[in-house]
Amino acid sequence: MSAFLSIRNLSLVLKGGPRLLRSVSLDVEAGEVRGLVGESGAGKSMIGKAVLGILPRSVEVVEGEIWLDEVDLLKLRPSERRRKIGATAALIPQDPLTALNPSRRVGPQVTDRLVDILGWKRADAQARALELLAEVHIPDPARVMRSYPHELSGGMRQRVLIASAFAAEPKLIVADEPTTALDVTVQKQILHLIARMQARHGTALLFVTHDLGVVSKVCGSLAVLYGGLVVEQSPVRDFFRQPAHAYSRALLAATPKYTDPMAGLNPVPEAVITAVQAEVAQADASWRNGGWRHD
Amino acid sequence: MPSSTPGFAMLDARAMVKRRLGLRLWLSGGWLVVLVVAATFAPWLAPHNPLEQDLFTSRLPPFWMAGAEPGYWLGTDSLGRDVLSRIMYGARIALVVALIAGTATALIGATLGLIAGYFRGWADLVISRLVDIWMAFPPVLFAILLIAVMGPGLVSVIVAIIVIDWTRFARVVRAEAMAQGAMDYVASAQVAGQKRLGTMLTEILPNVLPTIVVLLTLEMGIAVIVEAILSFVNLSISTDFPTWGGMIAEGRTSVHQAWWVLVFPLATLFLTVLSFSQLGEGLKDRFDPVLR
Ligand SMILES: Nc1ncnc2c1ncn2[C@@H]1O[C@H](COP(=O)(O)OP(=O)(O)OP(=O)(O)O)[C@@H](O)[C@H]1O
Ligand SMILES: [Mg+2]
Repeated sequence: MSAFLSIRNLSLVLKGGPRLLRSVSLDVEAGEVRGLVGESGAGKSMIGKAVLGILPRSVEVVEGEIWLDEVDLLKLRPSERRRKIGATAALIPQDPLTALNPSRRVGPQVTDRLVDILGWKRADAQARALELLAEVHIPDPARVMRSYPHELSGGMRQRVLIASAFAAEPKLIVADEPTTALDVTVQKQILHLIARMQARHGTALLFVTHDLGVVSKVCGSLAVLYGGLVVEQSPVRDFFRQPAHAYSRALLAATPKYTDPMAGLNPVPEAVITAVQAEVAQADASWRNGGWRHD
Repeated sequence: MPSSTPGFAMLDARAMVKRRLGLRLWLSGGWLVVLVVAATFAPWLAPHNPLEQDLFTSRLPPFWMAGAEPGYWLGTDSLGRDVLSRIMYGARIALVVALIAGTATALIGATLGLIAGYFRGWADLVISRLVDIWMAFPPVLFAILLIAVMGPGLVSVIVAIIVIDWTRFARVVRAEAMAQGAMDYVASAQVAGQKRLGTMLTEILPNVLPTIVVLLTLEMGIAVIVEAILSFVNLSISTDFPTWGGMIAEGRTSVHQAWWVLVFPLATLFLTVLSFSQLGEGLKDRFDPVLR
């Protein structure tokens, strides 16, 4: 059996620098919501970017496989990869401010993927886009389609981006901290919206966040990342009952509880950090000895 | 929890701004329209033949001064040629150079800048090196050298402007394209399967277009000045033909007897160059979809 998205042994390096991902293996089953947590700089976004084929130029894949829908993306030619990803996956980005082209009206930006990927006619795509915008609770969709992005508020823009991510019925959506840039009241609405759309469309979701509270609400399982190393993968139920890794336990303890916000604020203890850093160093050492590195 | 239906608060206040054309755009646009009309219809509008010499009417003052002759609104030069008519015919040269040299410079420079800034890699390496090397030459020397090789004339002037100034577009557009390329919407377009060239044209180009327009109008102003300078030193079109630069050169020699021969073409030149630069800024303010 193989998962819909299966990342195997993926290592990325910053060209001429350190490893950013350290032999990451991660599966996302069809229709599943998988959380990806870790502190800032852990490499969460890099995993999403690798899957979507939008790694920065300065980052290089040195080993591994990314199986998406039975195809190893890394073995495809760039044009084939682009087509495969376009037909299969989509992105809900973090910052709705920079995720829509400021010079183009909203409408074409939503219909683009229907026209480009599915080969729809503009008029059909237009009608579908109106439906989608209504589905994400945008009032007066026709007017929004004619607007420029800067004429919409952040929450509205994020709704547009969600609609456009679901437009071509992708099998997998990578949501990279989709609520971080929004204020708290809007965050909740957007979170609910994503969860509802995911359930209705049966899309698999790779949900990047640093908020364990969010994970407990929307995810079925999660992976914890530290320094580009996956330290734990568990179903959410097990994780919150009994985290397997010491770092996960500390992370959980550091998350504020809704019942008593101040009670949970324990920083991750020094000893735990030292231990997990040793693990990272260990991983690097055995990797180098394995002789995989080809530079 | 049902997500509440978003109300009017979900609209950004900037959606309600109505932008008017503004005084700057009116004035600069107005002057340029007048100039274009005057140049285009000079054979019908000009009161006199710009080449016609008449020593009996030499150095007539402009219409409001004592001794002015009716019909010679801005006076005549030392050979008795009508200043207004010569300015109108001179506008033809100035505008043709502005249009052709400006557009060609923009096209070449912006295209190279866009490719370098968006595709990066070896294309950027080649283009950026070329720009660096190019800019090491002092531009005026470069222009004179070029014209010395090609011989004086309008084509030489236009080629000189393109050859010298494409780097300005290339540099600025490259930097802007690089900044735009790092935006999330470009990543989204890529995820959506859009080809690199398509992304450059539909995502990047519209965002650097306002900058290109500003640079273009600026460049047209520069082209007008360069043409004037080169005809001032007699390296442009032959002196038989009226040009602003040529008029300024001739007016300079008799400025104490007939200041108008120098001042009117100079003022026209100044107004035109100023209008071009103001037009660019004004257009940007008016039509850039993002309020900045
Ligand atoms: N464009 C880039 N070029 C080179 N290195 C980068 C780039 N973006 C991020 N990095 C580096 O890659 C590492 C992982 O970054 P990544 O963005 O995946 O972190 P993250 O887990 O998503 O963190 P955050 O919660 O802050 O988004 C970091 O050390 C970061 O400095
Ligand atoms: Mg990130």
